[in-house]
Amino acid sequence: MDWLELKPEGLFCVPGEFYIDPLQPVAHAVITHGHSDHARPGHQHVTATPETLSIMRLRMGEDRAGENQQALEYGEVISVGAVRLWLAPAGHVLGSAQIVMEYQGQRAVVSGDYKRAPDPTCTPFEVVPCDLFVTEATFGLPVFRLPDPAHEIGKLLHDVRLFPERTHVVGCYALGKCQRLIALLRNAGYHEPLWLHGALLPMCSLYEGFGIQLGELKSATAAKKGEMRGGIVLAPPSAIADRWARRLPDPVVCLASGWMHVRQRAKARGVELPMVISDHADWDALLDTCQATGAKEIWVTHGREEALIHALGKLGIRGRALRLIGYEEDDEQAEEDAVA
Amino acid sequence: MIEFATLLERLAFTPSRNMKLALLKEYFAMAPDPDRGYALAAMAGSLSFAAAKPAMLRALAMERIDPELFAWSYDYVGDLAETVALIWQPESETHQSEAAPGLAEVVHTLDRLPKADVPDVLRRWLDACDASSRYALLKLITGSLRVGASARLAKTALAELASVAPDDIEEVWHGLKAPYGALFAWIEGKGPKPDAKDAPVFRPPMLAQPLENVDLAAFDPAEWRAEWKWDGIRVQLVSAPQGERVYTRTAEDIGKAFPDVLATMQDLGSRVVLDGELLVVRDDVVASFADLQQRLNRKSPTASMLRDMPAGIRLYDILFEDGEDLRPLPFDIRRQRLESWFARLNPPRMVLSDLIAFRNFEDLAKLRDSARSEGIEGLMLKKADSPYLPGRPRGPWWKWKREPLTVDAVVMYAQRGHGKRSSFYSDYTFGLWRTVDDKRELVPIGKAYSGFTDEELKFLDKWIRDHTTKRFGPVREVAHGLVLEIAFDAAQYSKRHKSGVALRFPRVARIRTDKPAEEADTLEDFIHAFL
Repeated sequence: MDWLELKPEGLFCVPGEFYIDPLQPVAHAVITHGHSDHARPGHQHVTATPETLSIMRLRMGEDRAGENQQALEYGEVISVGAVRLWLAPAGHVLGSAQIVMEYQGQRAVVSGDYKRAPDPTCTPFEVVPCDLFVTEATFGLPVFRLPDPAHEIGKLLHDVRLFPERTHVVGCYALGKCQRLIALLRNAGYHEPLWLHGALLPMCSLYEGFGIQLGELKSATAAKKGEMRGGIVLAPPSAIADRWARRLPDPVVCLASGWMHVRQRAKARGVELPMVISDHADWDALLDTCQATGAKEIWVTHGREEALIHALGKLGIRGRALRLIGYEEDDEQAEEDAVA
Repeated sequence: MIEFATLLERLAFTPSRNMKLALLKEYFAMAPDPDRGYALAAMAGSLSFAAAKPAMLRALAMERIDPELFAWSYDYVGDLAETVALIWQPESETHQSEAAPGLAEVVHTLDRLPKADVPDVLRRWLDACDASSRYALLKLITGSLRVGASARLAKTALAELASVAPDDIEEVWHGLKAPYGALFAWIEGKGPKPDAKDAPVFRPPMLAQPLENVDLAAFDPAEWRAEWKWDGIRVQLVSAPQGERVYTRTAEDIGKAFPDVLATMQDLGSRVVLDGELLVVRDDVVASFADLQQRLNRKSPTASMLRDMPAGIRLYDILFEDGEDLRPLPFDIRRQRLESWFARLNPPRMVLSDLIAFRNFEDLAKLRDSARSEGIEGLMLKKADSPYLPGRPRGPWWKWKREPLTVDAVVMYAQRGHGKRSSFYSDYTFGLWRTVDDKRELVPIGKAYSGFTDEELKFLDKWIRDHTTKRFGPVREVAHGLVLEIAFDAAQYSKRHKSGVALRFPRVARIRTDKPAEEADTLEDFIHAFL
């Protein structure tokens, strides 16, 4: 497909004259979702879902989230230059979208980050048939077949019951993972107040503003130490084993991330209770999705692209590695920059 | 298998002893017989198979996955069993129909399975298991299972379930075999205490309290006996109708590493339980702990090690003789029994620990401080009428260590601690000055992670954070600006360290904020003073 180009600023749609998730300020940016490695400040015109725009304003401030903000609901079609453009749900975090573009009878879909596992806090991924599908490959190795998140939440709740005198602190990033964990806990029947690091609270309020119920949330930063004993605390990954965590009574360090699937990664982080919960597509979901779109050509933006391209090749699908620099292998690092 | 695999996974990530204990108790209370008995055997290190080699795992995995994808995955994960466990994709029908095998089923099957049948059985099991059970299974079957809990901790968990002392479990332990049905029946009140009869079981040793905050002036010298405290390892030698054993004081059987000692026991043929210190002794001279360490590090020593580093025993006490339990007798009487047994048999490799004559404790203190010879840590004081009591009772026995040696060293690196200390930089690598080609530099001589108060730890942590110059993962390199007074028990030459020296039991004695780093000790002075 020759009307999508890779430029230093990012992926560029030539006939529409816009960039998708550009790394530098541009005239027109279409944004897939609010994580800070995809949604960057300083663009002139920004097109995204209302949720994503709202998230950008919360994180960057009104003035840096784009001079001109264009809200687009899922499925609402607009024309940009000679291109028909609409957004389809990506199931990654609240407001996350795939960018669907049609030009001269061809359809290209840029999925951004996505997952296929159910998530009570965002609209599920929708398969859009297309000629070119642009995918991530964060978990692009066959060892990443991730377990059911309910099972991982069960591990945490079992541990909370077994060690009632300790405080379980779960590392999770502020946008998406935090709210999903809360919703999963509530679905599992846990209705105690949850204690939150100050950096996580504003995003939870934003989610609630979009109608996502999270139950009773309290500030861990303002709590008295004894109050949190036996409870569950959520905090950014950078805080869970550092000085901030000293306010917690006898903490058990937990971390919710797809990387926890591999023991050495969990060990290296000093995690006591690894929880394998990811907002990215796992290996099976990557292959299933690429096939389901019917695309003859797959571009891989970032992650472990060589294994995915190799596996697609065996299925008769042509893959190409874009090797976009600037998207983090996990949202964690980008998110830590955002809350810092 | 699932319960066992879950336990393994939790133990692997849990640094806290108390939490491990709670996890073990939960498992032993919940898991069925005989699965839990084999899990106990795994913790005791007696469950090991070599049914499959890495090549077989790899070949099995290749049946289901493309070799290139496998290679990339293995490269990323770094552990073969874990890679296969994660990458294995069950054939959907079998996954539904067959239940995952129990630990006992796996053990019983492997015990009598011909090698040629292993791949078929393993494939079936892998299909029926989840990833975490596959990992446990593959580690077990290749003989590389590591359980994050010691045998002692497992016994402590069992003892707490049964509301008995861990030592009660130890007394019967070495007469038992996996899957320990009689043991579980006993701790659950469904059977009698197992009878250890003729088995060479371990008897919990009597340990001494450190002599601190004790008024020696109130002691009557006539009521006390003094012996040298040797810097080896405390052992119990057991000879019973069913065999001989060499145990450490934590009930670890180290007979394989010390065949010379075992052979001596066999030759004597006397049914006794002896308490003593294991040392390396060359021509009647006790060698340094470093020599003993080399013997301890080898599961089975070479002929040249046996020749160059022969083991010897200093005998402290006798607990049993020909089935008679001597432990209730006073120390003096036991000592007489030990001396007459020794005189009768004249056992090779063994010497009696000397009783040191003294008139008063001042003389004894002088003697203690003058003894700087290799292998002596200080003195033991034992009450003349003390029975042999398991554990560490306060009063009858005291260990009176020499004042520690000290050196002023500069902090070079710090590393985060574990568990409760995971938010603190609590492990410090320290070094001394030396001059190479007219340039003065620090060379590390050791690492300390104890000896400080909570307040001092907070100070050290903040200092490290404020003076970091480089970071390597969990390690920080710091500016050379903080002096620690390091206490240690002994210094020795070491080929493994860049400085060529190593310290025994180094700990932080004081933080010397008053001392400029340039004035810390030099390696040259250190070697001159202590080596």
